Amino acid sequence: MTGRSVVIEFKDIYKSFGKKEVLCGLDLAIYKGETLVILGRSGCGKSVTLKILLGLIYPDQGQVFINNTEITALSEKSLMPIRRRMGMLFQGSALFDSLTIGENVAFALTEHSDLTAGEIETIVAKNLSFVELSGTQNMMPSELSGGMKKRVALARAMAFQPDILLYDEPTTGLDPITATTINALIRKTQLEFGVTSIVVTHELDSGFSVADRIAVMDDGRILEIGDVESIQNSKNEFVQTFIAGPK
Amino acid sequence: MTRRLNKENIAQFLINVHGLGEMFGRSLFLAFIKPFYLRDILFQMYSIGVKSLSIVILTSTFTGLVLALEFGHEMAVYGAKMYTGSVLSVALVRELGPVIISLVVAGRVGAGITAELGSMAVTEQIDAMRALGTNPYKKLASTRFISLTVMLPILVAIGDMCGMIGGWLVSVTSLGISSDFYWSLTVQYLFFPDLFSGLLKPFIFGMTIATVACYLGFNATGGTRGVGEATTRSVVLSSILIFTLDFLITKLTLGAI
Repeated sequence: MTGRSVVIEFKDIYKSFGKKEVLCGLDLAIYKGETLVILGRSGCGKSVTLKILLGLIYPDQGQVFINNTEITALSEKSLMPIRRRMGMLFQGSALFDSLTIGENVAFALTEHSDLTAGEIETIVAKNLSFVELSGTQNMMPSELSGGMKKRVALARAMAFQPDILLYDEPTTGLDPITATTINALIRKTQLEFGVTSIVVTHELDSGFSVADRIAVMDDGRILEIGDVESIQNSKNEFVQTFIAGPK
Repeated sequence: MTRRLNKENIAQFLINVHGLGEMFGRSLFLAFIKPFYLRDILFQMYSIGVKSLSIVILTSTFTGLVLALEFGHEMAVYGAKMYTGSVLSVALVRELGPVIISLVVAGRVGAGITAELGSMAVTEQIDAMRALGTNPYKKLASTRFISLTVMLPILVAIGDMCGMIGGWLVSVTSLGISSDFYWSLTVQYLFFPDLFSGLLKPFIFGMTIATVACYLGFNATGGTRGVGEATTRSVVLSSILIFTLDFLITKLTLGAI
């Protein structure tokens, strides 16, 4: 990875909720244009890492840099424009259930751009077509399946053509065929738009199929990081147990 | 164990007081900051105000009917039955109208706001809004805060009117008071301080209900059960605050007069 620029950097991050320590000295760097998968057990701090990156949660200690800007020092107001350069696909999709699919995808554009209604409609149609859900603009989220909701959430996250996309358990709870479709979409998004992506998951197949690099996380810190092959051949006992399952 | 429990309760109480203060401050401050979300505010005004009209009219009309019967019956003992209208209007405008209608709105609208925002919080929709670069305190809390603060005094004014009409119906049909006499006494004994106090209260109660409902909704955790608990707490806390503030405002306004 020498010569590639670092887009996101976590430096010595600590975060606790009450007495439970979730992140304990997390250090991680993500390069421009790569897809980094964070693999780990449920509750090991993966989702909290994404929320800290978005500024939804502040760490107790440590710094987070995005394009050399320290976001942990910024106020909520100063974070807003930085957030608009990022998109996040939430674990439960988090579609606004009182808005139609079209309004969901158009949300950020309606809120933060001067585009006309016609221009927004065109972008919405294009994004929905990208996730293969053309013509669903007038449907409500409750009418969609879990996999379709994830795809709409991806279309919504991409509305502002972000530089960074964050995926929180994108395939959890989906059947294998739908999960494969989502994985293909994650890859397609990276290849077509060159976005830097972080995928948080505990599903090995999903992780291995979309990753450029994999970081294995446990007890609030990164245990090992490398490409798919190096992780699969890791000598680390926890990494081996996680990949092969307990003997 | 008990001591630790008490300490935790006190800490939680202080956290909630701070959170409520913060929600009030944010909602009020953001009301004057762009974007103003006029469409959302109008929608909330319709949802909070117009849709509450039927229950407000029903509650206040029956309050007026019952009050006129009670006052008429008791005052007849002292030969003052004819003054039913004046006593009723002062009681309604100063006290019963603001309190009863605010309690009804806390139950209908406050609970609805907490349930809606609570559902959004537990399904990460509020986080999603922040992730999309929109301030949820502005878009969700401040719009509801403005709408309730504007609409509650209007609802109370309508309710007061309906209560007086209810009182008039009983006075004319059951108490033998003439229509002209009822209305002339009703208007004669209503002074500016009564109207001021009667409209100041719902203005403050509106802000209170919105602050409590939004704070508990934003901080709901624990899935659908947590949303249910937050909704119940919203109605209970709003009601307690309405009674407490009612006493304080009455004390202050009577002192001022």
